[in-house]
Amino acid sequence: MKLLVCIKQVPDMESRFKPDAAGTWYSESDLAWRMNEYDEFAVEQAVQLREKLGEGAELTVLSIGPDRVVEAVKKALAMGCDNAVHIQDPAAALKDPWQIASMIAAFAKDRAFDLIFTGMQSQDRGSAQVGVTVAEQLGLACTTTIVGFEYDNGTITTKRELEGGVKGVVKLKTPALVTCQLGLNVPRYPTLPNIMKAKKKEIVAIAAAELLREEPLTTTASFHPPAKKGGGIVLEGEVGSLVDQLIGILKEKTAVLR
Amino acid sequence: MKALLIGEYREGKLLDSTYELFGFAAQLGAESALLLVGNEAQLPAFGGTLYLADAAVCGEYNPDLHKKLVLEAVQKENPDYIIFVHSSYGWDLAPRVAAALKTAQISEVTAIVSGGFEVGCCNAKMRRTVKQNNNKAVLTIQAGAFPALQPGGTPQLQRLAAEGATTLEFIGYEPAEKKDVDLGKAEVIVSAGRGVGKKDNIPIIAALAKTLGGELGASRPVVDAEWVSHSHQVGTTGQTVSPKLYVACGISGAIQHLAGMKKSDFIVAINKDKDAPIGEVADVLIVADVMQFVPALTAKLA
Ligand SMILES: Cc1cc2nc3c(=O)[nH]c(=O)nc-3n(C[C@H](O)[C@H](O)[C@H](O)COP(=O)(O)OP(=O)(O)OC[C@H]3O[C@@H](n4cnc5c(N)ncnc54)[C@H](O)[C@@H]3O)c2cc1C
Ligand SMILES: Nc1ncnc2c1ncn2[C@@H]1O[C@H](COP(=O)(O)O)[C@@H](O)[C@H]1O
Repeated sequence: MKLLVCIKQVPDMESRFKPDAAGTWYSESDLAWRMNEYDEFAVEQAVQLREKLGEGAELTVLSIGPDRVVEAVKKALAMGCDNAVHIQDPAAALKDPWQIASMIAAFAKDRAFDLIFTGMQSQDRGSAQVGVTVAEQLGLACTTTIVGFEYDNGTITTKRELEGGVKGVVKLKTPALVTCQLGLNVPRYPTLPNIMKAKKKEIVAIAAAELLREEPLTTTASFHPPAKKGGGIVLEGEVGSLVDQLIGILKEKTAVLR
Repeated sequence: MKALLIGEYREGKLLDSTYELFGFAAQLGAESALLLVGNEAQLPAFGGTLYLADAAVCGEYNPDLHKKLVLEAVQKENPDYIIFVHSSYGWDLAPRVAAALKTAQISEVTAIVSGGFEVGCCNAKMRRTVKQNNNKAVLTIQAGAFPALQPGGTPQLQRLAAEGATTLEFIGYEPAEKKDVDLGKAEVIVSAGRGVGKKDNIPIIAALAKTLGGELGASRPVVDAEWVSHSHQVGTTGQTVSPKLYVACGISGAIQHLAGMKKSDFIVAINKDKDAPIGEVADVLIVADVMQFVPALTAKLA
């Protein structure tokens, strides 16, 4: 059985974001990078299935982006993926979800993956489009936002998370694609021996130009902070004085401190 | 300008979020038609064309058939915009429709601005203005970002039907887990977010909740990591609360969390990041390390 998991490397969301020179995306200076949180759940689920299947199963991790994304790919290898594909694209941030999906689909097209895992959305762009679009382009069965996953002999039983804590149980047959939601599992931390083992695993590099056939369908006109909605007070300073200030405010503005 | 709105129906009920689509279409200045896979006994008060398919036949979650239905209505209406709510129904179906039409999709629109649509990015810390490159676009609108509007009137029904092979089998719904705390009744809620660092720190947050006579709440990662049980989760997939005082400790303020607590009377946020989006709804944002500030506050109040 052939498995694929798609991961994106994103900035740490606690970073300070500044627009780049063109004003259409964030500047990459002073950012720390990590694997997209949703994709960690996708990798974990793929690795768990790969372990269950044992001999004969193969799990590939794929990421599109500049050279820095190899760090995230190495983490996925250390978590238990067998091999990796880095689609080298220094300009990946300028591609729209349609183009990113098209590149993944172009790669996967003749490789007969039985099951593809993606995150539900990326933390930086958050379009929640790439996974479903890959499935549509490849003609795969697909369901989204899964918080439960079981595989048995070609049949996948998933739980989709709906609003208000309700879940929808959905069955589908391979070949298929699922998009993974937070809480699906508990992503493992790579152990030192597995990090060492991962160093020997193969990372195949493919130039983006070999896979890109599509023009973008959308354009980002600007990247900017939200308009400040005034009203709120921001307090900074030494903890003792912050405590006193807050107690003063709560006494004045709320009825909870008598 | 014409819009085709895609209504939502679940567990035998028309969802209220459908009315947010009318509110958005009104801001867009679009003439709207509605598509609903639902039931004739529950139609919205709307005087335009309503393409109705029967959920008893087409299923409530059947993206293959629902995609066919939307494409059929698109053929009849030739809309400029096809609009969904960015919900578990919308983000699942919208990309399928966009791919079939090979047209632009803009996800989770929060505002209509000159030159395109504004969407959130970077965990709601930043915004982008996005525009479509072709003349038709699929949009999903952020839940709660546009006021609900009841247009009024009686719809002109056009019935649609779809059949054919489907790749998914919908087995059924699983109800939300039983709650052991009812946050809805609490006057004060003190919630722990990922910023509290580890499970061992939860009692420190719980102690402040107790001192204030309130309950402990939590953001999702804290629940997913099993630091506290799901019944404490606040947000779209947890509980919706509106206490007199809500204290967010180490919570960034993602839209799905805000949706569950922004109606609170008074909101205090403690965060070391001055730019955290929780600042957009907080009455007071304390820029501090939560593990220094919270114990000091509890000690002073006790
Ligand atoms: C479909 C869907 C449904 C969801 N439903 C929910 C839901 O119901 N409820 C929910 O909460 N989330 C929900 N989420 C997840 C949501 O998008 C966010 O991922 C989540 O709310 C983030 O939780 P957080 O703020 O605790 O963590 P983070 O986003 O990681 O934020 C941690 C914050 O703590 C601050 N911090 C770190 N260390 C310290 C310190 N020492 N002192 C002070 N501050 C510190 C950081 O600056 C940061 O702002 C949902 C997501 C999806 C896609
Ligand atoms: N550059 C990329 N490389 C590999 N996978 C990606 C990339 N961008 C997005 N994805 C996948 O698509 C999912 C949804 O992303 P998005 O549509 O941007 O919200 C992510 O969780 C990843 O699994």
